[in-house]
Formats: sequence, C-alpha cells, structure tokens
Amino acid sequence: MRIIGILAAAGLLLTACGTGDSATSASLASGTTAPSTTTAPSTTTGLSPEEAFPVTVGAANGEVTIEQRPEAIISLSPTTTEMLAAVGALDQLVAVDDQSNYPEGIPVTDLSGFTPNIEAIASYEPDLVVVTNDIDGIVGALSSVEIPVLLIPAAVTLDDVYSQIEQLGVATGHAAAASRLVAEMVAEVDEILASVPPADPPLTFYHELDPGLFSVTSSTFIGSVYSLVGLVNIADPADSDGFGYPQLSAEFIIEQDPDLIFLADTVCCGQNAEVVAARPGWGDLRAIRNGAVVELSDDIASRWGPRVVDFLRAIAERTVAVRTGS
Amino acid sequence: MSTALLPRVSPSRPRRGALIIGLAGLTSAVIAGTVIGPADLGVSAVLRAMVDRLPLIDLTPELTAQQLTILWDLRVPRVVLAALVGAILALAGAAYQGVFRNPLADPYLLGVAAGAGLGATLAIALRASGVITMPVPPAAFAGALVGVAATYLLGRRFGDRTPTTLVLAGVAVASFLTAAQTYVQQRNSDTLQEVYSWILGRLGTTGWREVLLILPYVLVSAGIILAHRRLLDVLAVGDGEAAGLGVPVARVRVLVVAAATLGTAAAVAVSGLIGFVGVIVPHTVRLVSGASFRFVLPLSMLFGAAFMVATDLAARTVIAPAELPIGVVTAFFGAPFFMVVLQSSRRPAI
Repeated sequence: MRIIGILAAAGLLLTACGTGDSATSASLASGTTAPSTTTAPSTTTGLSPEEAFPVTVGAANGEVTIEQRPEAIISLSPTTTEMLAAVGALDQLVAVDDQSNYPEGIPVTDLSGFTPNIEAIASYEPDLVVVTNDIDGIVGALSSVEIPVLLIPAAVTLDDVYSQIEQLGVATGHAAAASRLVAEMVAEVDEILASVPPADPPLTFYHELDPGLFSVTSSTFIGSVYSLVGLVNIADPADSDGFGYPQLSAEFIIEQDPDLIFLADTVCCGQNAEVVAARPGWGDLRAIRNGAVVELSDDIASRWGPRVVDFLRAIAERTVAVRTGS
Repeated sequence: MSTALLPRVSPSRPRRGALIIGLAGLTSAVIAGTVIGPADLGVSAVLRAMVDRLPLIDLTPELTAQQLTILWDLRVPRVVLAALVGAILALAGAAYQGVFRNPLADPYLLGVAAGAGLGATLAIALRASGVITMPVPPAAFAGALVGVAATYLLGRRFGDRTPTTLVLAGVAVASFLTAAQTYVQQRNSDTLQEVYSWILGRLGTTGWREVLLILPYVLVSAGIILAHRRLLDVLAVGDGEAAGLGVPVARVRVLVVAAATLGTAAAVAVSGLIGFVGVIVPHTVRLVSGASFRFVLPLSMLFGAAFMVATDLAARTVIAPAELPIGVVTAFFGAPFFMVVLQSSRRPAI
C-alpha cells in the first residue's frame, strides 16, 4: 500500500511530458521581460532595497542565507523551473532537469531531479540549486560542498504556491516581480471563482491520472483546486488511509456516473474523450453523453506553479458550461 | 528423486476429494466474484440476470441498463480472465517444476517475467515520448518469448543441456533483461507510475478483449502440457532412467517448456506480473493429491483458477472503491505459504 502511494505520488510529481500553452501562461510569464527595477533604484547596483543581498530565505530545509544575487541557478523540478522563469530569473538559470519543458528558452540538461547526481550538479558551478524532493540526501550533499540549496516541496494549498513564488523571488533578486506575479494570480483566481455560481446539488467529477484509473483525492494539491470551484470528487471515499492517490475500480466510476471527467493522461498515455468513450461500459456515462470530458495538459494538471491558474480556469469554464447546459 | 520432497498421500480417495474441493472452490469463487464488487448490484438481482442468460429462460431483469453494463462488460469478463490467468499460471508452474525437477521453479523462471517487463516498459516509454504507439500486451508477449528464447539458446550453447544449466542461463538472462528494463524506466521517469502499475499486476477491465486475446494461447498451451502428463511422471525419476524407458527426454522437455512459456507469456501480457500462483498452487495440490502429474496438472488448473478469482475479488473489494494490485495480494498470501512449503521440504532444492 505504502509502496503504491509513493509510486503514485512520484508518478504525479514526475508527470511531465508534453507541452502546454495558453495566453494566460504567456502573460504570467511576462515577468521574465519586465525589469525588476521598476521600483526606484536606490543603490548603485540598481537593486531596490528589498532586493539587496545577502538575503535569508525560509525554505523547507530551514533558513538559507544567500550572500550574493545568484547568477548560476539550477532547478531540478519542472514546477520550480516554471516559478523561477515566471519571477524573471530565466536568464540566471544555467541548467534545469530533464523533466522541465516550460517555458521556452530554459536550459534543459540531462540532470535528473529523480536520481540527482551531486558531481553532475556541481560541474555547472551553481550558486543556487532548487529542488523539490530531498532524494538520496541531495540537500545535505549540496550543503556540505557549500552550494546554497532551497528545498521547495510540493504545495498543499494555493497559499503554499504563493509563498513559494515569493521565496524564490527573494532568493533570486526578483522579490518585487514575484510579489506582482502573486498579486496577479490572486486577482485572477478571485475572478475565476466569482464566475462560478454556487450549485445545489454540487456537480461530481473524476480526475484521471493514468489509464489504470489512478486518481487524486481532495487531500492532494490537485484535488484541492477542484474543491475551490465546489466540485465533489468521486475518489474521496476510495482513500481510507489518506495517501491521496487511489486506484479506482472501473465499476465504481461507472456506478458513480460523474458529471465531469478530467483527463490528466492525454500526453503520457494518449487518452482523449474518444478513447475514453470506447472503453467498455463508459459510453453511456453522463459526462461522455454531455461532452463533459475535459482533456487537460498532463503538465498543467500536475504542477503547482504559476500555470495552476490555467488549470483552475479550465475546470471553472467547463463546470459553468455543464451547469448551464451549453 | 525429488518427488519424495513432499508427503505422498495415498491415491484415489484424496484425489476425488481434491477434485470436489477444487470444483466447489471454483464455483463459489466465480459466484462470489460475480455477485460482489465495488458497485452494489444486489445478490438476487445479479443471480437473476445470470439465470436470464441461460437458454430457454426469460426473467424480467431487475438491473438497470447501467448495472447490466457493469455486470457483463466489466465484472464477468474480469472473473473469466482471472480464472484463465490463474489456471494457466498454475499449470505452467506445475509443468516447470516437473521438467526441471525443482520444487522452486515457477513460470517466470526462464526470463518470461523480465522479458515481458522490458517489452511493456519499452512500449509505455516509447508511447510517452511519442515515437511509436504500441499496445502493451503484444509488447509484453513478444518480450517474454524473446527472454525465454535467449535463455534456451544460451543454455543449449554453453551448457550440457541439463535442467540446471538452463535454470542458470535463465538467471543470467533475467538479470540482464531486468537491468535493461530498469535503465529504460529510469531514463523515462515520467512513465514510472504506469510501469510499476503494470509490474505489480492487475487484471485489465477492458471488456472481453483480453479474454479473447489469450484464450487461444491458453488452450494450446494447456492441451500440450496435459498431453504430456504421463511422460512428466516418467521424467520425474531422472533423465537417464526416463531415456532408458524410451522417453525422448530432450524433446519432451522442449515441448513442455515451450507450451508453458507460451501460456505464461499470454497471461503476463494481459495481467502483468502476478507472482507466487505458479508455485503455491501446484504445491498445495501435491499435498492433497500426491505427486503424480496425471492429477497434479489438471487439479492445478482448477485450483489456480479458483485461487485467482478469489484473490482478484479481494484485490477489488478490500479497500473498495479503490483497488489493490493483484500481485500484492497473491504475494501477501503466497510468501507465508511458501515458507511452509520450504519447511516441509526435507532436502535442499537443487
């Protein structure tokens, strides 16, 4: 059971194939081009006071002090890569892991966040490394060779996302841009949530991680995003031990007959509305008859970076569409 | 030689008893597996729907169209698939144990599992990277056959063709293929979840397709193995003695191994790697019916089918509506049982 949970979680974290694009992510990522010195420069280095170094950042591995503005950053997870790029630190990245694929222009390498190799990482002479999981003791190993490392674990709530973006902003000298990005995200989230009227009874949904019918519950970050728009997750009763990624029975899904089906296995596993409709017993499901099968990008639906707003919007738009019967 | 490893029980009565237990076990497992499931269809309604399917009987159905879909497109094919997979894995295990005169032999001994694992991992990884779209079952099937073919060629070429040489060649090939599989998997860590899901074993629920896919292989494989059941008894006394009695030892061994491999490969292709069935079922049968392959082989099919249907029922109901991988359930029961079998063996395995 425990093994499966870990694997499912690892699979989720590592689901990182394909590309996603949308207007919103472009606008969110526009922080990359905006100069971080729009606040009045007060020092000869052109940095605003709150972006002066040294800085101390409270990450999951404790207080980390960064002496100078990092110019050779390594990001070992797709989500932190997206966050760093979105706060304007794209030019400071020297290497990102093999799963990172967004946005364009990131220096993708063979480095792995899943089986990190300390020598391979050190050979880039980084002055800051950002990781999501402390696998194989990588955090301690990097600290012991005096490379500052930030452990940014998977978010549990949207507030976690905001504070992680702000931490990375401070750590890279883009505190102001990070704050602006967070303010934009908060505003967009509010706007999206306001567009979804409360429903009685609430709509139900099934979120598919892979064709083996692995799903997520509301206790996961991805699941919590659905809760924001008031959707009820059919996978919740299937998770008695609370590990968050149960494998559901096909019988159960058909019996539940959810109002909406969200596919987060469109890229990895080639699933789409047509393929799902052809599964035995699935063709008569309400969601399939009503065209309420939502094909998500695997990446957007598995990362907790700035594009979570796109994920929320996709959910909200289809929820409203199903409710109004359009 | 090693037929004496396990207690011999006097013939006839226990055999008839074992047959009755097996039939009763299979029947009750199938009925329970059909009536019970994550979706609550109601016991009498399911039985009614099943009786309705019998010729000349027409009952008004109590189940809704959706419930009938669950019953006939998901649950019943899964029960049938479990029975087929369990029967062929147990039969193949019994056959391997006979051919290699090794009580620890299981159907995955000669590289079937490692080959199938590599095939499945390659298919999943290549699809994820968009290179080529190939369904997993044929890839696993092909991988399994390649694994055993490599084992056989190596064992033949470098060895003196004794069963032990073949088993050792199997160990080498399996290690190599597992290394290759792990490499492909690590290079494609985004597919980790799907690969593990497959390796841990799960009976697919895509209607009758899997059943139809493996049925011909199961029939051919079972037919060949059962046809050799008397020769396997002769083989049990030793290669030299069997040859002296006029048994074409090498040919029997190749044929039975090939048939068992074909059946195992077909089962693995649709169900992933389900461990221990091929070991624990034949040993249980031997304990109650004696060691003669004339009885061990058919009874293993019966008990294997019953065991797998019951195990799958547990896999999909214990934590319903979530599922356990069936390989976990079989190993959970299989490992302790295996210890008992080892305890009852008084001599070293090889």
